[in-house]
This record gives sequence, C-alpha cells and structure tokens, in this order.
Amino acid sequence: MMPGLAYFLVFQYGALVGNVIAVKEYVPFDGLWNSPWVGPDNFQRMFEDAAFWDSVLNTLLISVLQLVFFFPVPLALALLLHSLTWSTVRRFVQSVAYLPHFLSWVIVVALFQQVLGDTGMLNSYLGDIGLHTVDIIGNPDAFKPLVVAQVIWKDAGWGTIIFLAALSLVDEQLYEAAAIDGAGPWRRFWHVTLPAIRPVIILLLIMRLGEILSVGFEQMLLQRDAVGPEAAEVIDTFVYFQGIVGGDYGYAAAAGLFKGVVGAVLVYAANKVAHRLGEQGVYK
Amino acid sequence: MLTARPGVPPARSAGEKRGRRMSTRVVRPGWMEKPKPLTQAAKALALVVVVLLVCVPFLVIVSTSLASQREVVDNGGWVLWPQDPTLQAYRDILEGGIVTHALGVSAGVTVVGTLLSLACTVALAYALARPGVFGGKPVLLLILFTFLFPPGMIPNFLLVKELGLLDSYASLILPVLINVFNLVVLRAFFQGVPEDLFEAARLDGAGDLRVLLTIVLPLSKAALAVVGLFYAVAYWNAWFYASLYLESDHWPLQQVLRTYVIAGTGLTDTTTGEATVNAPQTIQMAVLVIATVPILLVYPFLQKYFTKGVLTGAIKS
Repeated sequence: MMPGLAYFLVFQYGALVGNVIAVKEYVPFDGLWNSPWVGPDNFQRMFEDAAFWDSVLNTLLISVLQLVFFFPVPLALALLLHSLTWSTVRRFVQSVAYLPHFLSWVIVVALFQQVLGDTGMLNSYLGDIGLHTVDIIGNPDAFKPLVVAQVIWKDAGWGTIIFLAALSLVDEQLYEAAAIDGAGPWRRFWHVTLPAIRPVIILLLIMRLGEILSVGFEQMLLQRDAVGPEAAEVIDTFVYFQGIVGGDYGYAAAAGLFKGVVGAVLVYAANKVAHRLGEQGVYK
Repeated sequence: MLTARPGVPPARSAGEKRGRRMSTRVVRPGWMEKPKPLTQAAKALALVVVVLLVCVPFLVIVSTSLASQREVVDNGGWVLWPQDPTLQAYRDILEGGIVTHALGVSAGVTVVGTLLSLACTVALAYALARPGVFGGKPVLLLILFTFLFPPGMIPNFLLVKELGLLDSYASLILPVLINVFNLVVLRAFFQGVPEDLFEAARLDGAGDLRVLLTIVLPLSKAALAVVGLFYAVAYWNAWFYASLYLESDHWPLQQVLRTYVIAGTGLTDTTTGEATVNAPQTIQMAVLVIATVPILLVYPFLQKYFTKGVLTGAIKS
C-alpha cells in the first residue's frame, strides 16, 4: 500500500506540481525550482504562435475525422457480431478482431508501411497487374485518412467489447414483445436496441470529447518524419519538439497544460450536459 | 451404472455430444425471422473481410521473414508464401548483437515491471477496497483525479531527469508503476469478495495481510491474470519513453524495430563497432515477428480471462 501511495505522490502529484515550469524559463543549470519566474509570458507567446495553432487545427481535424469515421465502426461490428447465432464463428471473429489492440504502435505503423508503402504489398500487386501505384505512405495529403484507417484497424475490434456487453444486457422480452406487435428487424433495432445502448454511446462520446485534443501521440510521432509537420504536427508532438528536442521546457509545458485544462473542462461540461439531458454520464 | 463395461460406450455419451454441439449454436428465438439469403451472404462477406484484414498482414510478414533475401528482392519486397523457407534471418539476429540485446532488455523490463506493478496495484487496491482502512474516499478521489488530469510529458521528463533516472531501466517502470484503470478494476473485484469471509478470517485471528494472501487473492485469479497481462503487454509495447530516456546501447526491442523498419536506417553495433546499413527486408520482418510473437503467445490467456475479469469490473465501476 505504501509504495502505491508513494507512486501517486511522487510520479503523479510530484510531476503535476512540475507544471509550474510553464510560468518559468527553464535554465538547466538552475534546475526546476531555481529557474527564474516569467509569469504568463509562455502562454502569451503560445497564443501568438502560428505553429501552435496549426498543431491545434491538425489535432482537431484528426479528432473529428476519427469521430465521424472511427466511432460508428465498433458499433456496426458489434451489431453484426451480436446478430450471429453461431457462437463458434462469433467467438473466432471476436478473437481475431480484438488482437490488433494489443500490438504496439511501432508494430502497427510498420505493418501499414509493409502493406501500403512504395514497395509494399498493395503497390507491387498493382504494378504486377499493370495499374498505377498509389502513393499513401509518406504522402502528406493522404496522411489524415491513413491515420484514421490505422486507428480503425487497431481498435475497432476492441471497441466492440463495451457495445457487445451493452447489447447482451438488453431484455429479450422487449424484443419478443416488439416482434409480437409486428415490429420488423429495423423497427426493433430503432425502438429497442438503440434506446437500450444509448447510455453507453453517450458515455463513450463524452470520453472521446475529453480526449479531443489528444490523438495517438506515438502514432503521430512515429510518422511525422515521413510526412512533415504540416500534416502531422499535433499538440503532443508540438510539446515534444518544443520542449524535449528544442529544450524550451517552459514553453512546451505551457502548451501541455493548455491541453490538459481544456480536456478536463470539456469532460466536466459534457458530463453536465449529459446529466441535464437525463443521462448517466461518466460520473455523478 | 457407475462402471461402464469396457468397449461399450456409456449410453449418455451420444446425448452429451449432441448437447455440446447444440451449445455452440444458439437457437434463434421464435419471434426472430430467418434472415434473407442476401443478408446472410453480406454478413458472411463482412466477417471474412474483417478476418482477412487482420490476418493477411501477419501472414505476409511471417512469410517474408522466412523467405530468402533473393526471393524477396525478386518479388519486389515481400512474399505471400516462401518457396523454400529458411530461418537464416532469425539465426542472423539471434546470434548476438543489437536485436538479441534488445530482446533481453524488453523481456527483463516486462518481467520486473509486471511483478512490481502487480504487487503495488494489489496492495493499494486492497487497502482502498476495505472500508475504513485509511482515508478511503478522499484518497480514491485524489487517485482518480490523476486519471482525469495527467501531469503531462514535460513535467514527467523533468521529474525523471531530476531524480537521476535518465538512461536507467527504472525510468521505464517507476513513472508508469500503477495504472489507474487496472487499480479500479482490481478494487471492484476485491469489493465483490463476500464480507462473511473477512469476518470468519478475523475471528480466526488472521491479519489483513493474511486475509489478502490466503482468501482474497485466490478468489481473484481471473482479475489478477487480466491485470497482470495488461501490464505485461504495456511494458512490452512501450516505445516512446524508452526512446526518450535511454541511450542506444540500452534500447528495448520496440525502439530497435522503429529504427530498422520505420525509419529504415541501420544501427551501429556498439560491441563490434560495425554499422549495418539498411537491414535487409528479411531481417526487418524477422524483428517485426519477434516483437509480435510474445503478444500472440499471451493473447489466448488474455482472451480467456478478460471477458470474465475486466468486464465485471468495468461495468460495476
């Protein structure tokens, strides 16, 4: 118990306090505590920095793309799996679909490169049958769709777990009653399934909203070299390059803090709205 | 009745067999209409596509790693099925040098990290699960707050630096020692242990530690397995902090994989001083396979336990 508490004190709250660097200018020789105070300078500079706003814009764009194209996939896949009556097939497909979630981003990015890259499987196949090759990996214009595709490949299967759990809790009698009343599959879905899993959908949307400013940091960092910062700079990589690569710790911490505060405020606000709409939300 | 004559199968076995086969096929409820053939075909197609999308990339990397370098070059960088499979690539990378060393680092960090994390998480989760042990609710809220508002990359980095942990393997373990999600799952599980058992143990004079070791933990095997495997997978997969904190002669496998395959550059072997320029495709794929195999090995166990352990915890909390 004590080591666990010590961990939270040192590595969580200790580091949290370290955010004071955002109102200081880090001087390596003086260390964190003795570096001079600069007040809100770092924040002021950040709000005037076009590169920072570019990274915010990229982050938001990728988040919105994920919300539109990723979010429905696990739900659709869960409905498909739930509708299967042959449980051997169902369990097999589930096992296969969950698997990519447990692979590291390094492996996922490497796999995509092998399949879709210049000399990858797709392009050498297209070349063999005499078609144009497609430029996907390393192409800044294709980067955002690629990122979403990677997230779908990695996590769509895993995302079905929570929907499947919710679907299995729906009362069979409701379906039966609806069917006896003459409701077809579509109306049963609309009037029984959807209302039953709505709390889960709303919960996931709230959590997603809180993470709107964080899109797969490792995923972005691994591929940023190949496509350049215009396409791939997100807030997290901005923090990394300003702070750790550039040594401007105070400035980078300010950007990181901005992200953290906005995320927490969004979760809080979304939760409030959910309560007001009569939903359960994430917490009470 | 209890002793069946040899050679004559017990009469029940046929029924049992059918029973088992029936259980894999859930009977369609009476009210549900049989789907149209077209719908069924579309479903089957969708399922096949999902399975292929996941499996084909694996097949290709395994095949390519087993092919000869010449075959790979002739075929334009990859093969779907090697003509004459060889383990040469694996022999090359496992006979010492960078990949072997990285494999040792990753395995070591994973084993030590998982044991430490599991021990600390169990102790804290148990303390938080018992009513009135200490602080209780406020402590739990303080812990949950770190989940909502993590400190961020720069303060983490500066903290590790000020603690003098740079370029140490501890820097891969200590900053991520306890995962709040895993803590909450275990706590929920521990809370599910019936109160009577605690009462009985206490009447027998058992202390908190003994109750934990002899009663709670044996009852929580599934949850422990899931949480342990989650930790192990996370340690094995960790890349960024390794790239941030460690010098190249201490790199784990993920960072070597990144350098070989994604950045496409060679590495200098610090022991021999030889630079390998652009590792050949077969070698790259072999490293990729080696990084993936441990995950595939633990995956069936994860599969077996996580539906039992994680879901009950997650739904409760």
